[in-house]
Amino acid sequence: MNVEEKTHLKKAEDLAYDCVRCGYCLPACPTYLTMKTETQSPRGRIHLVRMAAEGRITLDELSGPIDLCLGCRACEQVCPSNVQYGKLLELAKTAIQHHKKQSASPFRRFCEDVVFKQMFARKNVMNKLGGLLWIYQKSGAKKIAHMEPFRRLFPENLALFDKGLDEAKPPFKRNDGRRYPPAGERPVLKVAFFTGCVMEAVFHRINRLSIRLLQQVGCEVVVADKQTCCGALQAHAGEEETAKMVAKRNIEAFESEDFDYIVNNAGGCGAMLKEYGRLFADDPDWSERAARFSEKTADISVILDMLGWKPEKTLPYRVTYQPSCHMTNVQKVVKEPEKLIRSIKGIEWIPLNDPNVCCGSAGIYNLVHFQESMDILGAKMADIKGTKADVVVTTNPGCLLQMKAGIIKEGLNGRMKAVHLVELLAEACGIDSSHRGQTQG
Amino acid sequence: MLLRKAKNDDANSQTCLAGNSLRIPMPHINFLIKRQKLCHFSLHASLEAARKADPAAFEFAILGVMNVPLTSQTIEKIIRIMGGGDRVLTQKTDLLSYAYDASFGLFVPDVVCQVKSVEEVSEIVKLANEEKIPVTPRGHASGLSGGALPVEGGIVIDVSLWNDVLEIDKDDMIAIVSPGVITADIDRAAKKVGLMYPPDPSSSNVSTIAGNLAENSGGPRCLKYGVTKDYVLGLQVVTPEGHIIRTGGRTVKNVTGYDLTKLIVGSEGTLGIITEAILRLIPRPPATLSLMAVFGDIVQAGHAITDVLTSGILPAKIEFMDQSSIRAVENYHPMGLPIDAEAVLFIELDGHPLAIRDEADSVYQLLEKAGALRVQKAETSEEEEEMWKARKLVSPAIARHKPTKISEDATVPRSQIPAFLKRLRDIKHQFDIDLVVFGHAGDGNLHPNILCDQRDREEMEKVEKAVAAIFEAAIDLGGTLSGEHGIGIMKKAFMPMEFDHFSLEMMQRIKEAWDPNGIMNPGKIFPKPNDRLVLRQ
Repeated sequence: MNVEEKTHLKKAEDLAYDCVRCGYCLPACPTYLTMKTETQSPRGRIHLVRMAAEGRITLDELSGPIDLCLGCRACEQVCPSNVQYGKLLELAKTAIQHHKKQSASPFRRFCEDVVFKQMFARKNVMNKLGGLLWIYQKSGAKKIAHMEPFRRLFPENLALFDKGLDEAKPPFKRNDGRRYPPAGERPVLKVAFFTGCVMEAVFHRINRLSIRLLQQVGCEVVVADKQTCCGALQAHAGEEETAKMVAKRNIEAFESEDFDYIVNNAGGCGAMLKEYGRLFADDPDWSERAARFSEKTADISVILDMLGWKPEKTLPYRVTYQPSCHMTNVQKVVKEPEKLIRSIKGIEWIPLNDPNVCCGSAGIYNLVHFQESMDILGAKMADIKGTKADVVVTTNPGCLLQMKAGIIKEGLNGRMKAVHLVELLAEACGIDSSHRGQTQG
Repeated sequence: MLLRKAKNDDANSQTCLAGNSLRIPMPHINFLIKRQKLCHFSLHASLEAARKADPAAFEFAILGVMNVPLTSQTIEKIIRIMGGGDRVLTQKTDLLSYAYDASFGLFVPDVVCQVKSVEEVSEIVKLANEEKIPVTPRGHASGLSGGALPVEGGIVIDVSLWNDVLEIDKDDMIAIVSPGVITADIDRAAKKVGLMYPPDPSSSNVSTIAGNLAENSGGPRCLKYGVTKDYVLGLQVVTPEGHIIRTGGRTVKNVTGYDLTKLIVGSEGTLGIITEAILRLIPRPPATLSLMAVFGDIVQAGHAITDVLTSGILPAKIEFMDQSSIRAVENYHPMGLPIDAEAVLFIELDGHPLAIRDEADSVYQLLEKAGALRVQKAETSEEEEEMWKARKLVSPAIARHKPTKISEDATVPRSQIPAFLKRLRDIKHQFDIDLVVFGHAGDGNLHPNILCDQRDREEMEKVEKAVAAIFEAAIDLGGTLSGEHGIGIMKKAFMPMEFDHFSLEMMQRIKEAWDPNGIMNPGKIFPKPNDRLVLRQ
C-alpha cells in the first residue's frame, strides 16, 4: 500500500470506528436484501474497511464488496450512530482507485482518464455525445439497430436502456448563457438553472420543461454559461481530484451573477452540488465559496412548492412515486414532490411499500454490474406492480432510465409509463416541449 | 501443530493455558474432564496433574481432537448437505463479515452455512459432532453479549435467510415462525388480526426471532407483559448431537414432562439450534396514552416509579433518561427538554381508551405528588410521537460524543432503583468515566452506557474496572448481571459473582449432558480460570 492509499484508508477507518455494529442498516440495504450476505451489507463493508486498514485483507479483496455498493445511502437514514457512510465509501473508493491505477495497464488508465476527465468533466463533449445520439435516432440507425439481426450485436444491457432513451437534443441547439424571463411582470426570484450533463444530453426536453415551469411560477431563469458536470460520477468512482476540479468550475460559473437559487432537476446531481461544501471543508481557499454554492442549491420541486405552483388540468392517472435515493438521503427532499403530485386533480396517489429502497440504477451501476442491478430492479418492480399504477414518477435521469427498463422487462409497456416529475407537472399545466420559451440575450 | 485453533489469534483468550503454554480449546477440556473426572474450577492445576497421571490419555485428548482442522473433505461434505455451494461461504471477506456481532471482538469462522431447513441443520450438526467442530448459531448478530461470535472458529450456522414461515392462528392465538423471521414482523402480522406479540427489544426491526429466543430478549413493553420466554409455547430444536426434537406444544397450559422449552429459551445457543417456534399472542390493547415527567432530583424520580407501580396501575412502559442523556439529546436536536433536570420519565399506558384516560389522571397526580417539576400528557398521537422522540434520540445523541458504547443491562429489584442510581453516580466519579444512564426503569433494567474510545487503551482499562463495579453494585442490591442481553463472552467472567460453586456446576452438568463433545456455541456463559473482561484491543 502506498502513502496515498494509506491516508485515504486511514480516514475511512476513523469513520468506521463510529459503527457500533448494531445491524440496524441490514434491512435498509438493497444489496443485502438481494445478495443475502453480510459481506454485501453496510455493516459488513464498514467492517471490511477496518480489516483492510489493519492489513488483514488487501485493497483488491476490499474492492469486491465496495464496488457492489450502490451508494444509495439508505443506511445513513436508519443508523443510530450517525456513521457517515457516504464519506467513508468515497474514501475507500479513492484508496482502491489509487491502488488500481498502480496496477492497471497503461491502456486501462488511459481509458479511465478519457471517461472521467475528458468526457463527463467536459460539457461540450457530453453535448457532442448528445448530438451523436440525435443523429443515431434521427438517421434511422436506431431503427436498423433494433431490427432482429442487429439487435443481437448489442449487449443486453445497452439494448434495454437504449429503448428507454428520450429524444436527444439536436447538436445545433445551445442552451448555455440563455436567459428566460418570468411569466409575470417582475421576477419573484432570479434563479440559475443547472442543466446536468446526462439530463442535457439525453433528457434535453425535460430540462426545457423545467425552465418553463420555473418561468411560470415567476422566476427569471438563467442557464449559467461555462457550467459543467456536477462531479458525482467521478466522486463515487473514487476520482476525488477530478470531482474537485469540476466542482471548482461550477462554483466559478455560478458566481457570475447574484442568484437567489441554483436549481436542478436531477436528484443525484443535486445531492452532489449540495455536498460541495463538505468536499472543500478542509480547503481554506474554497470552503466558503463551496458552502455558499451548496446553500443556494435547490431541487426544482422545492422551488415550485415554495412559490405555490398550481396545476390547471385534471389528469386521470393512477400514480406512484419512486424517489431518487440521493434526493431523499442526501438532499432530504421528501415531501415536496409528493405534495406537488397530489395537488393535481384527478390523480390517484398510490405510495410504494418501500419507496426508500434503491431501484438499482445508481449512476453507472446498472451498466457495470448489470445482473446485480437487474436483481435489485426485480424487487423494485414487484413493489411497483403491486400499486397497479399507470404512471411511475421519478426525479433523476438514472432512475428514469431504470424505471423505463423495468417496465419493458416486465412487459408492462403500454400499460404503465415512467416519467420525470417535471413531465407530469408540465402536463398538468398544459406546457409541452414544443413551446419555445421566450429568451433574452 | 495447533492448526485451526492456533491461526485464530483472537480466540486465544478463549482457550486455556496449561503447562508450557499449551493452548487447549474448551471442547477438549470438557473431554479431559470427562475422562479424568476433573473439576472445572481448578483446571489449571488439574491439567498438569492429568498429564502426569495418564500421559497417553492426555496426548489423545489434546492431539486427537486438535489435529482435526476443517479439511477440504469436510467442506465438501457440508456443500453436499447444503445441496451446492450457493449458501456455503468460505471466502476470506465473507468469513470476516461473520466474525463479529454488536458486542466486542473478532472471531473468524472456518465456514458459514446459510441454512434454510431443519434437515440441513441436523445433518451439519451431526457432521460437526462427529468431527468435533465447533458450531455457532447466528441470526442478524445484533446481540450485545457475544452470543453469535464463533469464538473457537468452526461452523457458523446463519439462520437469517430462513424466514419462510410466519403463520398467525387467530383462533389458537399463536404464531408459528421460522428462525430467521424478523421480530417486529411477527408483531406486525399479529396486529392485522387484532393480536400482539409483546416482546419489543429495541433491535426488533432487525433481530431474528431465533436470536431473541436464544437470548430471552426483553424490551420496554416487558414491564407489563413479561419477556420472550413468557410467550414461547413450543420449539423445534436441533440438539448438539444432531437430533431433531420438539418441546412444548400449542397450548398455554402444558405440564407434561420437564419444561425443556424454558430451558432452551435463554440458553444462548449452547444447548442446540432453534429451528421453529410456536409463540403465544395476546389481544392487542386498543389504545395508548403517554405522559412525561421532569424531575429535579434523580432519587425522587426513582421513588416516583415505585409510587406509580404500587398504585394498582401497571403501565406498559416506564422509560428513564438521566441528566447526561437529556443534555445530549437537547444538544443534538433541541426540543425544549429541561437541561437542568436530573431525570425525565416517560410512561405509556395501554388498554381501553376510557380506562387509560382515567389511569392517566391518577398517574398525573402521583407524579406531581412525588415532586415532579413538570408533568405533560400527550393528547394526540402526534404529541405522543414527539414525546417518545426524545427517548429514541438518546442513542444517536450520545454516539456523537465518543465512538464506542458499552451498553450494560445489570438489573435490580424495583425497590432498589433509587439506590442503584446513586451507586452509578458514584461509579461515574470514582472511575472518571463518561457514564450515561437511560432505559427501562420500570422493571429495574436500567442501561448504564459507558461512552469511550476503544482505541484509547488507558480509557478502556478504566472502563473495564467500572463495568466490574457496576456488576458488583447490582448484585449487592439483590439484582443480576444481565436483564436482557445475556452472558455470552462479555459477562462470563462475572458469573461466580452471582452464583456459588454448585449453582453454576448444575448448569454446567446440563450443558455436558446435552452436548457431550462441547461443540455447540463453545466459550459462552461459563467462566474459565483467570477469565476477565478485556475490552482493550
